[in-house]
Amino acid sequence: MKISRRKIATKILRKARIIPRESSTIDLQNIESIGTKGRIKTLVEPIPKKNPCRTHSKNPDSRSLLLASFKIMEYVNPLTGLRIDGRRPNEMRHLKGEVGVISKADGSALFEMGNTRVIAAVYGPREVQNKGQQLNNEALVRCEYSMANFSTGDRTRKPKGDRRSTEISLVIRQTMEACILTNLMPRSQIDIFVQVLQADGGTRSACINAATLALADAGIPMRDIITSCAAGYLCATPLLDLNYAEDSAGGPDVTVGLLGKMDKITLLQMDAKLQLDTFEDVMQLAVEGCKAIAQYIREILLENTKQLESRRG
Amino acid sequence: MRDLHLTLNQTQRVRLQAALDKLESLAAPTAAAAASVTVADTIPVNHEDNILKGHGTSELDGEVVATLCGVVERVNKLVYVRALRSRYKPEVGDIIVGRVIEIAPKRWRLEINFCQDAVLMLSSMNLPDGIQRRRTAVDELNMRSIFVENDVICAEVRGFQHDGSLHLQARSQKYGKLEKGQLLTVAAYLIKRRKQHFHHLEEFNVDLILGCNGFIWIGQHTETNNITNISDDNNINNISDEFMELETRRNICRIANAVRLLAVLGLTLTLEAVLETVKASVDADVAIGEMLGAEFYVMTVEREAERRASVSRKKGY
Repeated sequence: MKISRRKIATKILRKARIIPRESSTIDLQNIESIGTKGRIKTLVEPIPKKNPCRTHSKNPDSRSLLLASFKIMEYVNPLTGLRIDGRRPNEMRHLKGEVGVISKADGSALFEMGNTRVIAAVYGPREVQNKGQQLNNEALVRCEYSMANFSTGDRTRKPKGDRRSTEISLVIRQTMEACILTNLMPRSQIDIFVQVLQADGGTRSACINAATLALADAGIPMRDIITSCAAGYLCATPLLDLNYAEDSAGGPDVTVGLLGKMDKITLLQMDAKLQLDTFEDVMQLAVEGCKAIAQYIREILLENTKQLESRRG
Repeated sequence: MRDLHLTLNQTQRVRLQAALDKLESLAAPTAAAAASVTVADTIPVNHEDNILKGHGTSELDGEVVATLCGVVERVNKLVYVRALRSRYKPEVGDIIVGRVIEIAPKRWRLEINFCQDAVLMLSSMNLPDGIQRRRTAVDELNMRSIFVENDVICAEVRGFQHDGSLHLQARSQKYGKLEKGQLLTVAAYLIKRRKQHFHHLEEFNVDLILGCNGFIWIGQHTETNNITNISDDNNINNISDEFMELETRRNICRIANAVRLLAVLGLTLTLEAVLETVKASVDADVAIGEMLGAEFYVMTVEREAERRASVSRKKGY
């Protein structure tokens, strides 16, 4: 006997107590896929019309269904307004930066944003290794992003060479190239190597911040301090500096790279979809985060310069 | 510090902190600390004067803005930012030490601590037989008998090429291949330009060459007259000089460790500083291997703090 998919779906959802038992069969038009054996893998709805943080609505309207798993995460607690790690929506994670960690490199830095830890090394300007790529009037900037095997929860197999690493390498290279004064060092090469030691969301931003510190440490002339921060939108609130749990919630993630003094945006990336006016709020929040990071980076660099100069005598 | 990861016990940590604080307090009164800038900092400038914007500065909205992290220097109307840990900035007449990377037609390419490799032309080099003559094709084919890859060479900056790379010359007797010693790399800003970069330390029988690019050579002393001998004599000399005395080797290592220690601490490298560190290590009976250990490290910082305090006291009088 053929039982319709609709009835199966309703039965499963009722058993999981996601829809109230008394409701009639639901409308399947908006449901993309249903797993088997009573486990619902994903129910996807294009734009959440209602607050996805409520467990289920009394109104058995199918369009209000948005689930990621059996449990629904409250990314922002409706009572206290705090996020899952106890931060406020516009609060950034704890920052820590250190310069000069790799002695052999011309410039190096270690940057931490909460649990995300990233190390950057800069070699250059030095002789171009591949003469075919030499540029006669400016420096060649090369960047390589890799994640250590032990940086994520499960041991990753290919630390570099996969699509995500190549994409992020390109993004970091373009961002840094925009702020390095390459025309002062013709026929030379600047190598930026960034490695993620611990990944907890926002690795792209942490890499750009670490690269800025390393370039300044190496004495490479730059237009401005470039910083980067990410912001998202979950439970109808813009959230600053998402960690891994919030990032994997499936909500939008806006990464912004900003030149601090000139107030110009050099990097703007977003996953998922967002309405235009909400997007402006979220982007503005990320820009504020970038400015705060720029302030912190300036302090570190100034402290380092003063220390070196006083030691020199 | 950058290089050494030392484990200090509690007393050493306390002493180190006290000595570092003393160093910083002595440096604070000077204007240098106040003039430190980071990237994109505005440099305070009197706009009525026609200020010349030098290296490390750029113009943004009518303000002079730094492009490097460093110290602002003002010389008459010139304002520039001196970066600390950057690569070597060459000037004509500098004495440098470099390593051969490649042999190219009629030239050697050397790695010095600069944006590009430096070039040493065959014509800028003395031939082994000492005669001044035109370099022939045979000479070009025998370039490998003079310098091979990975040789350490001392030379002088002759000028800049049109593409910005350096031209070197090694025509005098004191320049040329360096053998029987150690090459150390330190940051270029620690070595100041002085009148003398070649130092012969008699009591140790050691040559110390402080290259302006941050490469330092410490080796057994060689008489400069020997180099112009005819090739047979050279061979005989080489064979007899194969064995270096143990004492000389120990001295070379001791001086090298002293240089490493001073470089890690960020103190300016001068002959006096190196000699004093070596003397202090001998007086304190520190073994050569322990010179890079925690105890001597703390002692050196304390000694430097004392020295600067006494210098400033003398100036005060």
